[in-house]
Amino acid sequence: MRDQACIVGIGETKYTRGAGSGLSLLGLQLQAAVRAVENAGLTNKQIDGLIPFPGLGTAEEFAANLGIENLRYAATVNMGGAAPVASLQSAAMAVTTGAATSVLIMGGWNAYSGSRTRQAVIADTSALPGRGIARDYYLPFGLTAPPQWYALMARRHMHEFGTKQEQLGAIAVAMRKHAQLNKNAVMCGRPLTIEDYLKSPVIADPYRLFDCCLETDGAAAVVVTTTERARELQHPPVYIMGAAAAQPYPADEITNRKDMFKTGLTVAAPRAFAMAGVQPSDVDFAEIYDCFTFEVLQQIEESGFCKRGEGGAFVEGGRIELGGALPVNTHGGLLSEAHVLGLNHIVEAVRQLRHEAGERQVTDAEIGVVTGWGDFGDGSIAILRN
Amino acid sequence: MTEQAYTKPLPTIEGFAKEFYDWCKQRELRFQRCLDCAAWRHVPREMCAECGSWNSEWAKSSGHGKVFTWTVVARPMHPAFQADCPYAAVVIEMDEGVRLLSQVVDCPPNELRMDLPVEVVFDDVTAEITLPKFRRVRL
Repeated sequence: MRDQACIVGIGETKYTRGAGSGLSLLGLQLQAAVRAVENAGLTNKQIDGLIPFPGLGTAEEFAANLGIENLRYAATVNMGGAAPVASLQSAAMAVTTGAATSVLIMGGWNAYSGSRTRQAVIADTSALPGRGIARDYYLPFGLTAPPQWYALMARRHMHEFGTKQEQLGAIAVAMRKHAQLNKNAVMCGRPLTIEDYLKSPVIADPYRLFDCCLETDGAAAVVVTTTERARELQHPPVYIMGAAAAQPYPADEITNRKDMFKTGLTVAAPRAFAMAGVQPSDVDFAEIYDCFTFEVLQQIEESGFCKRGEGGAFVEGGRIELGGALPVNTHGGLLSEAHVLGLNHIVEAVRQLRHEAGERQVTDAEIGVVTGWGDFGDGSIAILRN
Repeated sequence: MTEQAYTKPLPTIEGFAKEFYDWCKQRELRFQRCLDCAAWRHVPREMCAECGSWNSEWAKSSGHGKVFTWTVVARPMHPAFQADCPYAAVVIEMDEGVRLLSQVVDCPPNELRMDLPVEVVFDDVTAEITLPKFRRVRL
């Protein structure tokens, strides 16, 4: 599958808080989808595959709105925040096998003006990862929302490896710094220092306010097609060199893993790098799913950018900032651009590899990594090149 | 005395959850144990993931364990826990090897430590539901 499929179109809405998008959940995602198709130089009717994000809209309703009369491939990957990057893998498989020629992946939500995540997971426990398990064994004891689930892992990592609060803070500060170079980032114009970080209120220890991703309105979409077709389109193709997705074990229960730090990415990353035929040291930048700061540190470790336990030192000293050894989340990420379910990470990776990132362009970027994390530790990774 | 309504989320009392919490109501902490390979497991499952067996029993736990990890919830994400903040949600590793998510009732969050020895206590939160919680082992 290496280099057989390419990302050829990217689309985003405006990312907002405050009054919100003013669009319906479907309308918001359709706006991003239409922009991605336009960006690819295709028409809506040329799309014959759809991979919507889980729970936010069906392929049927997207197809009916977009006028896709010959939908040949429709799927959804149930991996929460790991779904968009896993969907890249599915789209690449679909176009390389001939199941479809051009696949649209989209996602977005009114996560600020609509129902907040903390309310949604209580209102509908069937939407929780682990479903009945969370309802019967977590919620009665006060473990009710994502920052609390992952704080359990962060606390344990601090114990086993001596990871420090300031190192989590370095991640928050780096993302915020990058957002200052991105006009569509919700936190553009609002810089953050490590002192601000350390003074911010505790949410679920060790997570403080600035360890937690934003809640925003916004949607993003990308188009994947065959390499053959991509070469005839208007933008230089971004090749999918390798892609993989996997789950932790058990995936539906977060407390009983023999090795708490073995997540989906632990399994997926070596497979994706092997497929791509490159090493982590060959990578010019990484867009890493940053629901919370520690998840960035952990995914840096499990992707192989450093050894497990060395993530704390790795993220310090500007190493993950633009100009550092591995710039991470050059758009500001979920922490400082917007929470667009990780679709915005794929869009940014493409922008970097097209050398369209303006002030925040990684010089001579050739190879980029994008990851996804969701549902108690599902993981996905794609290795992209120009 | 007026009885205050219990507003926090409760487990559903059906299937394996009913069996687990019914034992708690009888003041016994029990976990599933495979009748073929003797592996303990929690949360309850249909099958033994170690050996594939469908045969299991509800085996009595020693009730003793130690703190494996925790989070101190300072800002409630669920309105029913507002008055408890800050409180700690704690993962306990039992002597049998299984872990469960609970609370340590007699320990202020800032006194929690890794490997702190704890023992089970039972909290009758409603007439139907008893939750297994923990307290520090007094040496």
